[in-house]
Amino acid sequence: MMLRMVGLLCCLAALAVVIALSLGVGAKQISPDIVWQSLWHYNIDFDDHVIIRELRLPRTLLGIVVGIALGVAGALIQALTRNPLADPGILGVNAGAAFVVTVAVAVTGITSIWGYLWFAFAGALLATVAVYAIGMAGRGGATPVRLTLAGVALGAVLGGISQSIALLRPDVFDRMRYWGAGSLAGRPSETTLVVVGFIAVGLIIALIAARGLNAMALGNDLAQSLGTNLLATRIMVIIAVTLLAGAATAAAGPIGFVGLMVPHVVRWMVGPDQRWIIPYTAVASPVLLLTADVIGRVVAPPGELQVSIVTAFVGAPVLIALIRRKKVSGL
Amino acid sequence: MSSTVEREGTEPGDPAPSPIQPYPSRPGPARPYPTQVNTGRPMIVVRGPRHSGRVERRTVMVCLILAALSMAMLIASLATGDFPIAVRDVVATLVGQGTDKYELIVLEWRLPRALIALILGGALGMSGAIFQSLTRNPLGSPDIIGFNTGAYTGALIAIIIIGGGYLTVAAGALVGGLVTAAVVYVLAYRKGMQGFRLIIVGIAVSAMLGSFNTWLILRADLEVAMAAAVWGAGSLSGISWAQATPAVVICLILGLIALAGDFSGRQLELGDDAASALGTRTQGSRLVQTVVGVALTASVTAVAGPIGFVALAAPQLARRLTKASGTGLIPAALMGATLLAASDWIAQHALPGITLPVGAVTVSLGGAYFIWLLIAEAKK
Repeated sequence: MMLRMVGLLCCLAALAVVIALSLGVGAKQISPDIVWQSLWHYNIDFDDHVIIRELRLPRTLLGIVVGIALGVAGALIQALTRNPLADPGILGVNAGAAFVVTVAVAVTGITSIWGYLWFAFAGALLATVAVYAIGMAGRGGATPVRLTLAGVALGAVLGGISQSIALLRPDVFDRMRYWGAGSLAGRPSETTLVVVGFIAVGLIIALIAARGLNAMALGNDLAQSLGTNLLATRIMVIIAVTLLAGAATAAAGPIGFVGLMVPHVVRWMVGPDQRWIIPYTAVASPVLLLTADVIGRVVAPPGELQVSIVTAFVGAPVLIALIRRKKVSGL
Repeated sequence: MSSTVEREGTEPGDPAPSPIQPYPSRPGPARPYPTQVNTGRPMIVVRGPRHSGRVERRTVMVCLILAALSMAMLIASLATGDFPIAVRDVVATLVGQGTDKYELIVLEWRLPRALIALILGGALGMSGAIFQSLTRNPLGSPDIIGFNTGAYTGALIAIIIIGGGYLTVAAGALVGGLVTAAVVYVLAYRKGMQGFRLIIVGIAVSAMLGSFNTWLILRADLEVAMAAAVWGAGSLSGISWAQATPAVVICLILGLIALAGDFSGRQLELGDDAASALGTRTQGSRLVQTVVGVALTASVTAVAGPIGFVALAAPQLARRLTKASGTGLIPAALMGATLLAASDWIAQHALPGITLPVGAVTVSLGGAYFIWLLIAEAKK
């Protein structure tokens, strides 16, 4: 208990460091004094202040919010399906969002990020509802395996259709290859405000569902005899994942790996208790995402690498080193 | 060799199970044994002097139906096209009774692609079955150890950076896929191999290469990027005997090796401890299975690009049709063959004037069928 508390504080400290880096590091060198000054005494006449307040601060905030959402969604979906391969995309979130955005680009020719946001969110929601409806059909209910398979199947259908549209229409293909590389940069400043409400609600539902998930880890029968309402827990988790992953994908585009990896690492650190896993994941995921974003800014000057490309390159070696060192723990 | 075929099961009027008979201590002439175990599922049992086996009747039926379906798809794709040919004429041409014109169209133009779709589909289905059994995970596919992602990376480098033709791309894909698979296997190996660790290392390496692929596609010119994306979707367009024969021969040989190793594969599904106790060399047979599974996918990818979803879906579809407990290799292969042949027909003929990459079709068609199957299964 004490140890886990200290660990959580260490993670929070790491998050603070990364936030500071995210504000201070970029194409233009800005000294820490001016960063500090711009936060508390914003003066629109200084270019440096404008860079911090208008570019780096919104980007950092978006990174924190999206990171939390992706990580917690991943933890929930891995716990629900008891499948180490499960990521938030398994419920069709990415495929649904990409599908609706592709169709919208092909039909209406939208170009603004703002237009993408609502289409992506609608697609994510619709796909998740469809996956759950397919998974729930019949008497057995939405068992983890059925949910997983339904998600893979629907994701495949939507992905195949999106791919066909994109390959027949070069203009759509060109737009979608940029949308497909998720990024924190270049989003309008109100993006964070739009999604933060959904993500907060999702996070609260996740914390409420944690106890039920703990019981479900013992197996459905045992969980039921301990007084857990299986259906209610599953529905809560699905709603939470939809809100979290849908909002994150709508805001930043598809960003893989964060939701897949961070829960694994956290589980090795704190054990199987979801009431610890969820808060730890919520703190550790933005650390990974912001670190990746900072690295993406400096690694290929004068350009930038999209954060979705860097996350895997930062995270994967860590994951491999950990799993080679640790005694592996299943789900 | 004399053998008897008998049935075992729950037909009405079956006599009550008799006491267990001792198994003969040395091979002798075959004779019918009374029913020993009643599994409640009709079985077909074959007993010979040295070997015996039993298969579920339902599995045999499903396999026969799938084989018939894939043959029907073969005939259909030989008969349809810009120049339609009557089924009677197609069959006549196949048995050597056709006119020169029909022989050119059917045997030279259409047969390679149709036959290759069947064989590559079978290879993908089998490879998926191997990996799902190996990882005991319904999401298991050759991509678990990063093969397809690595192959795509190799091909992208060949297309975008080197700018090569068909052979360069095929070679790039092969090298990329095999190197990735080897790296994943080595990184996951530590005092033996565990399925779970293989999965995690596979995720990690695939994620890295996937991001790298995204980056390559982003920085390429639009035309080059689209050409690469078409390859990445998997396509059978323009395949001739010359390109396909080596892959077909290799796939058939690998299929036989996979079938020979199937028994130890099923023992591995019990878990390493139980499998060792039953006399299986777990590490050795796991390595053989991995190599065969990767090699099957590698041959397919070299010819046609990474065709998605067949390896993932075919074993699960076959398992649901046979209602068996595990993913059988032969049903999965037949299912994969049917799926790819049907998809390729649709890719060529569904939209008039447009040929889609077959991978885009396998993914949407297989996915739709999978959804339907999940719903239909739940209603029972």
